[in-house]
Amino acid sequence: MRHTIAVLVENKFGVLARIAGLFSARGYNIASLAVSETLDPTISYMTIVVEAQDEKILEQIKKQLNKLIDVITVTDFTKKEHVDRELILVKINYSAKDKVKLESIVNNYVAKLIQHKGDTAIIEMVGAGERIKQLLDDLKQFGIKELIRTGKIAMA
Amino acid sequence: MTGAQILIECLKREGVEVMFGYPGGSVLPLFDKLYDSDIKFILTRHEQGAAHAADGYSRATGKVGVCLATSGPGATNLTTGIANAYMDSIPMVAITGQVKTFLIGNDAFQEADVTGVTRPITKHNFLIKDVKDLARIVREAFFIASTGRPGPVLIDIPVDVQQQDIEFIWPEELKIRGYNPTLFGHPGQIKKAAKLISQSKKPIIYAGGGIITSGASHELKELAEKIQAPVTMTLMGLGGFPGTHELSLGMLGMHGTAYANHAIMEADLIIAVGARFDDRVTGRLDAFAPSAKIIHIDIDPASISKNVKVDIPIVGDAKNILGQLLEEIKKTPDTSDWLKTVDSWKKKHPLAYKDGNKIKPQYVIEQIYEATKGDAIITTEVGQNQMWACQWYKYDHPRTFLSSGGLGTMGFGFPAAMGAKVGCPQSQVFDIAGDGSIQMNIQELATCVCNKINVKVAILNNGYLGMVRQWQELFYKKRYSHTSLYNPDFVKLAESYGAVGIRVTKKEEVRPAIEKALSIDNTVFIDFHIEPEENVYPMVPAGEAINRMIGGMA
Repeated sequence: MRHTIAVLVENKFGVLARIAGLFSARGYNIASLAVSETLDPTISYMTIVVEAQDEKILEQIKKQLNKLIDVITVTDFTKKEHVDRELILVKINYSAKDKVKLESIVNNYVAKLIQHKGDTAIIEMVGAGERIKQLLDDLKQFGIKELIRTGKIAMA
Repeated sequence: MTGAQILIECLKREGVEVMFGYPGGSVLPLFDKLYDSDIKFILTRHEQGAAHAADGYSRATGKVGVCLATSGPGATNLTTGIANAYMDSIPMVAITGQVKTFLIGNDAFQEADVTGVTRPITKHNFLIKDVKDLARIVREAFFIASTGRPGPVLIDIPVDVQQQDIEFIWPEELKIRGYNPTLFGHPGQIKKAAKLISQSKKPIIYAGGGIITSGASHELKELAEKIQAPVTMTLMGLGGFPGTHELSLGMLGMHGTAYANHAIMEADLIIAVGARFDDRVTGRLDAFAPSAKIIHIDIDPASISKNVKVDIPIVGDAKNILGQLLEEIKKTPDTSDWLKTVDSWKKKHPLAYKDGNKIKPQYVIEQIYEATKGDAIITTEVGQNQMWACQWYKYDHPRTFLSSGGLGTMGFGFPAAMGAKVGCPQSQVFDIAGDGSIQMNIQELATCVCNKINVKVAILNNGYLGMVRQWQELFYKKRYSHTSLYNPDFVKLAESYGAVGIRVTKKEEVRPAIEKALSIDNTVFIDFHIEPEENVYPMVPAGEAINRMIGGMA
């Protein structure tokens, strides 16, 4: 099962390596990871989506993260009300005859057609997991050529 | 002051009296300042020796051990010692030189990414890029190494940082926002634990290295006596509770006593203190202590419920929590029937070996125990020698049994003995070694002799890598693949370094040789030619429940 964890860390070189090293050394899987500076430039905010088979492993992940000296706080969003968003870019096959159909899908998801060149188009969408999945399902009919996702960011 | 001077000033303020290490290109400025310093420096003959010596010094004294090496190979040679200290939660500060800041990442001569290499084997590490951070980082390093669940901290210092000049400011205040170890047990948890203890009929205390780290031996003894519970110890916990006490069951686990393993399997309550339910202790996890409730006291929350599910977790320092528990327990349980049962196991399945005309390793250790009146500091290498040292010497005091527990590092015992002797010059220090392990850091004979660090080494020489051979005998049809050793003449070898060598080939020579070694004011190697295929028993095969032991009956 996937769990979203927010980690506040010292904004120093090597901290990302410590987090990544912890996951690889203990055999935990990272599904996605988004990192950026916060309002306080000495602190970075990481949203980590982890794959954990059971509660015990999730507990261990949180405890091990907390043990790192450069980790300031660990918040588990699993049972906590929060919002999360992800930005995706999708490249699809496109021809002029699909224009109307595509525009209606794009509008429906408040997505954006940001580029079309020759026989491909790139669509951008910001949204939560389920909405993104639905968009991707709807776009399948055109043929998806490429998909890039930023990974989730979450806030309580 | 230059960076090098600042470092030495900080070390002095941290109370460092002795360092172990080895010079090199990237630590020259530092060694130049060490030349005038009153910090004692012990030059080892290999950086691994320096790391283990700092570790042994720390285990014997409770102080932070410090080792020092140059960049690249100097630093990578420290890593086994650092990993060893990490696995056993030993407070240590390792200082390494690094190539100049502007050369980092350039594959410069003797460059290695040492903070990268040591990240998973240190509690924390630092690369200092600016001399103005140096004093603060040294303070943080010592604080982190010695508090909470202790561990090694590495400081990597580029040559140019050692040379830079800056005004020295000692940071009075220390604030690390991501680091706040919990020291006292939660009162609610203490209450629940006390209640469970009062209600138990068959309690057992399972004590680990945390007892020794936190200095909780006194409280542990009080608790055991108050609630009349037997105490079993992990390898790291030996000495945390007196081995000669009537409530002591000795060590449990793979090579533990039969009665300790039976007792923990039959108990209705396990009080785990500063121990982490390692696989060598629990054996097959799903069969471990099926009817026991578990109270787990540990300073590291991540150790709790990692391997076994715990009923009452209590996070904090063992000494504090045992103190809190002692106050909280009003009604003590009646354990007289339980103690009778445990006692009957003790009588029925004692530790035993078949004695004969040949020299048995168990006999050698018993003789060392008698000759030293149980007062020596014992270090061990890893393998059969280590397990026999756990079984046949009785440790009554903390910090008298120093052994590589978690990592299982062959070559640890001799340099660790050296470090222990430097820290405790009044004590007799005995390394119980095998003929394989001793050769892994034998170069430290030079360090011992030229610094007059007089340690005694008992080589239990069976001409084999004995523990591996034992597994091959029992589980690989006696196919002794690469476990038979060609050895040097250990007596001549010791003599060539200026130490003393004694060879013992007859049983009646064992005790006189030990007495002689103890009376000689020099490092002594005693080469005991023991029964070559003696095994360590009892033994729980890997993956079995810990009451399914092989052997142990004479």
